[in-house]
Amino acid sequence: MAHFTKATSVKDWLNQRLAIEKVEKVMASEYWIPKNINFLWAMGMVLAITFALLLVSGIFLLMYYQPDVKDAFYSVNYTIMRDVDFGWLWRHVHGVAASVVFLIIYIHMFTGIYYGSYKKGREMIWVSGMLLFVTFSAEAFSGYMLPWGQMSYWAGMVITNIFSLGGLHLDGLVEWIRGDYVPAQAFLTRFFMLHVLLLPLAIMGLIGLHFAALRIPHVNNQDGEEIDFDVEAKKYLAGDKASSKVIRFANDFMSKDLMVVGFFLIFFFYLVFFQYGFALDPVNFDPADGLKTPAHIYPEWYFLWSYEILRPFSVNIGLIAFGFAQVIFVLLPWLDRSPNAVPASRRGAFSIWFWLLLIDMIVLTAMGKLPPEGMFSTIGLVAAVAFILLWVALPFITMNEKKV
Amino acid sequence: MHNSSRRGFMGKAFGAVAGVGAVASLVAMKKTWDPLPSVKAAGFTTLDMSIYPEGQLITEKWRGKPIFVLKKTAAMIAKQTESQKARDIVVGDSHFMIAIGLCTHLGCIPAYIPAEESFLCACHGGMFNWAGEVTKVPPPRAFDIPPFKIEGTSLVLGEVGPEYKAMKDSGITL
Repeated sequence: MAHFTKATSVKDWLNQRLAIEKVEKVMASEYWIPKNINFLWAMGMVLAITFALLLVSGIFLLMYYQPDVKDAFYSVNYTIMRDVDFGWLWRHVHGVAASVVFLIIYIHMFTGIYYGSYKKGREMIWVSGMLLFVTFSAEAFSGYMLPWGQMSYWAGMVITNIFSLGGLHLDGLVEWIRGDYVPAQAFLTRFFMLHVLLLPLAIMGLIGLHFAALRIPHVNNQDGEEIDFDVEAKKYLAGDKASSKVIRFANDFMSKDLMVVGFFLIFFFYLVFFQYGFALDPVNFDPADGLKTPAHIYPEWYFLWSYEILRPFSVNIGLIAFGFAQVIFVLLPWLDRSPNAVPASRRGAFSIWFWLLLIDMIVLTAMGKLPPEGMFSTIGLVAAVAFILLWVALPFITMNEKKV
Repeated sequence: MHNSSRRGFMGKAFGAVAGVGAVASLVAMKKTWDPLPSVKAAGFTTLDMSIYPEGQLITEKWRGKPIFVLKKTAAMIAKQTESQKARDIVVGDSHFMIAIGLCTHLGCIPAYIPAEESFLCACHGGMFNWAGEVTKVPPPRAFDIPPFKIEGTSLVLGEVGPEYKAMKDSGITL
């Protein structure tokens, strides 16, 4: 057994048993953050806070939600919204956070792409982040099923039909996933399980991996400067805080993160109290009906771009394009052949590529919401093809990039 | 060396035991997600085919899915092509279009427009004619025909009869 001395304080008592001083150093006081990073780097903290909001509001919703096809709709729209004191608050927090979390994820992702934060040494940060994106997507989809309204039912029908993989006709697989011929009780209960247990567990594990992936390569910075963290940290600890390029995460850097989080929370609760309607589709206020399809089926705004990539093609090509769109972002660190980890503004052709991709995804999002008719179909098709071509072109335009 | 090979053997033996257990539990997990017996048992619906009016689309329900039943008018039967005729379900001397009322693209329910004698799927703009054939993509194929068995003037959905088997074998339906 290790050698223990009489504790001089509660902290010392704990320190001898839990090494809390060491943990504090690793997690906070000697976790080094570059000084030259802007507010866009605070999105990770904003996401962590939003996830906490989702978790807490979800726990309160769970206390009255009934995962039963007969009761689910009324337990959400009547019991929670009208009977339970402040039930509306948890639902609006949960609904708005589910939508806003994707906005922040996209900002977080595009910040990473713009500053080259996925490049050599930081691939695992990027890959674990994309895994988180996929898991969040599954979490959002499974949660969307639970109120068991018309959009829940038909989104469940359409998305699970994708697993028949078009021309392969794997209808048995689809029935196995649903546990029935159509979305019904078995479907609702298993998506309930996925939403409240398995996927949140996976998300928490992946968040741990995502944070751990930052430890060794450290966070990138606004100028793409290669910082020797050991040298700079030594300088800081020796007292030369002014010329050191890094600062402690806590409590020094965190104050900046929390400032941004403060602004975010004001915006967030403005949405929760005054603009919650955008996160609740009116069609989903009709109870699920297996014999009536709503006139237009569209996903929530954050899936529209990939939905639009599926839509303008025949079924098999559409599925291939859709699959391509789902996985291609993961491969970004290897498709970008340039050695530079600097802001896009200093990378010539890549800068144009970045802005084209962003605009293309906004166009796809807009077309995904509009009915698939006439001009909109054509624009959607062009934008979907452009998306694929942009990714195919990426290795070629970055191959010849000069070292800056 | 002697000891390490003994440990190696124990490691492999554990691996084998755990592997058998892992595979067995995967089987259990797969089967747990299969449709329940009650779901499968409820998968049959009997329709009385003598009650349908001509030229009017009636939607029935089978396995939770909408089933389109359209008794064809004499005019419709007269203008049928060979391929359309092959999709007919004949009970007594009445001709029917009977199909699962879900778009073969991604499974929305197309709406029947009697004036045009066609179906329009609002989700992705697919269209089908009154015989259930695709007239506008993206649907990859005509409406699927549910397994059926003709028993006198009634039709049992969910059971495979000789007429259905012939349709399946000739590739008219999946």
